[in-house]
Amino acid sequence: MQYYLILAAILFAIGLFGVITRRNTIGILMSLELMFNAAIINFVTFNKYSLAEGLTGQMFGIFIIVIAAAEATVGLAIVLLIYRNWRGIDSDNYSIMKW
Amino acid sequence: MVEQASVGVPFWILSVIVLVSGFMVVSLKNIFHCALFLIFCLTGVAGIFVLLNAEFLAAAQVLIYVGAVCTLMIFAIMLTSNMTSKKIIQTNHNAMVAFFGCMIFTVSVVAMLWITTRDGIWHMATELLPENNVLVIGQLLMTKFVVPFEVVSIVLLAAMIGAIVLARGEKA
Amino acid sequence: MTEHAYLIPLLPLFAFVMVVFFLRWKEPLAAGFSIAMILCTWVMSIWVLIETLARHGEPYEFFFYITSFASLNFEIGILVDPLTAMMLIVVTTVGSCVQIYSLGYMKGDPKFSRFFAYLSLFCFSMLGLVLANNFFMIFIFWELVGLTSYLLIGFWSEKKVAADAGKKAFITTRIGDLGFIVGLLLVAAYCGTFNYGEVFDKIGAGVMPLGVLTMAAIFLFCGAVGKSAQFPLHVWLPDAMEGPTPVSALIHAATMVAAGVYLVARFMNVFIGSADASMVVAVIGIITSVLAASIALVQNDIKRVLAYSTVSQLGYMIMALGLYGYDTAQGHHSAGYVAGTLHLMTHAFFKGLLFLGAGSVIHAVHTNDIQEMGGLFRKMKATSITFMIASLSIAGIFPLSGFWSKDEIVVATSHHPIFMVLTLTVAFMTAFYMWRLCFLTFFGEPRDAERYEHAHESPKSMTGPLIVLGVLSVVAGWVALPWLHHGFSSFVYHGEVHHAGPNYLLMLISTVVAVSGIVLAWLVYHKKAISADALAEKFRPIHTLLYNKYYFDELYDLILIRPILAFGRFWWSFDARVVDGMVNGTGRATILWSDLKEWFDVHIVDGAVNGCGWVVNQAASKLKYLQTGAVQFYALFMLLMIVAVALFKFEMTRVATTWPVLTAIFFSGVVLLGLLVRQTANKKKTADVLESDK
Repeated sequence: MQYYLILAAILFAIGLFGVITRRNTIGILMSLELMFNAAIINFVTFNKYSLAEGLTGQMFGIFIIVIAAAEATVGLAIVLLIYRNWRGIDSDNYSIMKW
Repeated sequence: MVEQASVGVPFWILSVIVLVSGFMVVSLKNIFHCALFLIFCLTGVAGIFVLLNAEFLAAAQVLIYVGAVCTLMIFAIMLTSNMTSKKIIQTNHNAMVAFFGCMIFTVSVVAMLWITTRDGIWHMATELLPENNVLVIGQLLMTKFVVPFEVVSIVLLAAMIGAIVLARGEKA
Repeated sequence: MTEHAYLIPLLPLFAFVMVVFFLRWKEPLAAGFSIAMILCTWVMSIWVLIETLARHGEPYEFFFYITSFASLNFEIGILVDPLTAMMLIVVTTVGSCVQIYSLGYMKGDPKFSRFFAYLSLFCFSMLGLVLANNFFMIFIFWELVGLTSYLLIGFWSEKKVAADAGKKAFITTRIGDLGFIVGLLLVAAYCGTFNYGEVFDKIGAGVMPLGVLTMAAIFLFCGAVGKSAQFPLHVWLPDAMEGPTPVSALIHAATMVAAGVYLVARFMNVFIGSADASMVVAVIGIITSVLAASIALVQNDIKRVLAYSTVSQLGYMIMALGLYGYDTAQGHHSAGYVAGTLHLMTHAFFKGLLFLGAGSVIHAVHTNDIQEMGGLFRKMKATSITFMIASLSIAGIFPLSGFWSKDEIVVATSHHPIFMVLTLTVAFMTAFYMWRLCFLTFFGEPRDAERYEHAHESPKSMTGPLIVLGVLSVVAGWVALPWLHHGFSSFVYHGEVHHAGPNYLLMLISTVVAVSGIVLAWLVYHKKAISADALAEKFRPIHTLLYNKYYFDELYDLILIRPILAFGRFWWSFDARVVDGMVNGTGRATILWSDLKEWFDVHIVDGAVNGCGWVVNQAASKLKYLQTGAVQFYALFMLLMIVAVALFKFEMTRVATTWPVLTAIFFSGVVLLGLLVRQTANKKKTADVLESDK
């Protein structure tokens, strides 16, 4: 079981690194998908090895996928909007909320 | 009793695919290539799901993520940026700090998992998952998880409407 | 009624309080309330007297402890014995008369209500003094009467003479009071109690050595000397005549000055213990008597003549009591105690009457100088007649009250020829100066026509008390008729009842002396057979000496006041230079110190406060750059913090000591890194933007 969990952890870390470091907003969204997947792997792993009855972990996986899809949709719409307004989707450039 | 101690060769192959392509997703400069590697990665994850007896989830992963989300990503990339072929820095100035932070995070989590597993403090399931889990998932969605299921439907609807409204802009 | 005798002093106190706080603005009501209260006490006093008579003079004592201090009990209580009962009658009778009289005399005075308040306060103090059952209480009331005396002498305080006279009276009596309190404490120290009865028992048992007892007695007598204006502290009483005349009558003739005599009578047991002390008392008494009588011979101020007369008569009483103490200590019988107390009573009535009469005269002619009066008999019948009755009484003419008491005093001196001669001399002088006063005031031709024209009889409220006191001046002595077997001498007495039959020879002698004094006065001042001026010329040195009151005031001025003033000036300069210097120095040091503290405050404390603010301000202006507005930057921080917390929690369970330190270092490193990142970002940003715009 720990192999799956370690895989998920590394994938999560990669996703996190991407979220923090990508300058492209779409890149950030893609990294977010990686993190979601890491979470789903965890759920499913636990469902199989630790709490087998009822498939609750897999159900959560399904819901996460659905929410991720919704998030991706809205996120990409926002990206389009930003692109229209700023002529670019560099996350460094829209730090209007700074000090 | 579920076999726990070792994993087979498919796991290692899939793990390498997932991690390498995931790393490519966050590190490549060409955003279009990133999207392609994301497809690889997510497909690998779907394979992992199969290994974990979650065939329905694997199918959903392939359909939704690979089929829908990644396609959407590529659309968005093509719509928004003219930088697909440009050689510009794709990572920002947080890169070094983030790298070390993520390394520490990974190492500590791995260490924790390794130690806790070695000490055997995890609760271990005694029975196997049901064989026909697509059937079971269908039953669960209509019985025990019917309320989340409906809520998620509304969320999807709302997201769809919101995306349309946002993407249309103020012109119409 | 006797058990409620504590009400007797409390009623005037009530009147005082009411008048001061509630009735001051309604003058007739204030006076009426005050008079009503004193009349109540008068009725109660008579009641008490009757009950005391019914008890055959058995003392009644009632007290309770208030506190005890080092085995010394302080108590409040009343003691009613014949002496007290008699004094009650005297004080309330004269007090009532004087208050009624004041209605007329003080009419129109701007401080009318206050006058009655003071009179009530005085009555309270005096009655308390009389009723006290212990040394402690009597001292308190003793000082209270001194206070009211001061207030009333200086009543017209806008007159400098009056204010000065008040001060003089207060300070002079204070000298005596000092002795009083020393004697009182001596007695208390040896007897361990303040209560009369216990003290007298202990003295009788001989707890005090003779020398100490003599000292204590003389010190106690000092109080009497001050209050009763005896030699050498007699100088204040004539000056005290600056007060309103009713005050002179009440306080400085009838009651307060008699308090000294009362004191000696009350403490007779102490004096009996020491023949020497008693002799001192007697000698002081007779010296005072002779001195004052001789001064009275030549004075022209009607009230001053009466004042010296008072001093002289008080000397009489003191002498009688002193001789009683001496004779009893020697084992002889003596009539002195009875004589002193009887004379105290009769004198209170006729001297009160004389003062009120004098007040009436002054009211009529608006002057104190008898040389400017004359012939007033035709205009002021009631005043004149009562005044002359009192004069006859004080001169000692049969059968008026003064005759009996003076006769008793002469009898009391029967073991001491020198005293007897001096007593009779004083009696002669008394008769002479009193009738000199009468003749100059009421008979002959008016010497000041204008004043005579305006003279008129006083109102009823003034003549009424005069008549009452006139009657009393006649009859008061009759309680002590020598033919009575249960008269005054078997009521107010000390030790055993000593009843002496009438001594016709002494009666005759004293009558002859008195009549001859009156006749001489008649010859000199009415018939003008002997010229007063010629007499004065013939005895010029003596006349001058007497006229200037033996130069006592000047003497005191020279030997006491000037040195004291010089001493005071010395200390004043000491004060001004050294003490003030020290005080000012302290002040300057304080100012310096506060300057120092102010500097410290401004620069160090405020500096610290402002410094805190400055540090926060600076830190904020630097740290605000952490607020980049970049979501990814925040996410990075979240990651770092999560890692830190995870590490901390995880490793806490393992290596408890080293990891928290490392974690802290990690935290601070995170912040520093964040700042560094920000700095570099600011620099890099412009370059990036430029690059991306190409």
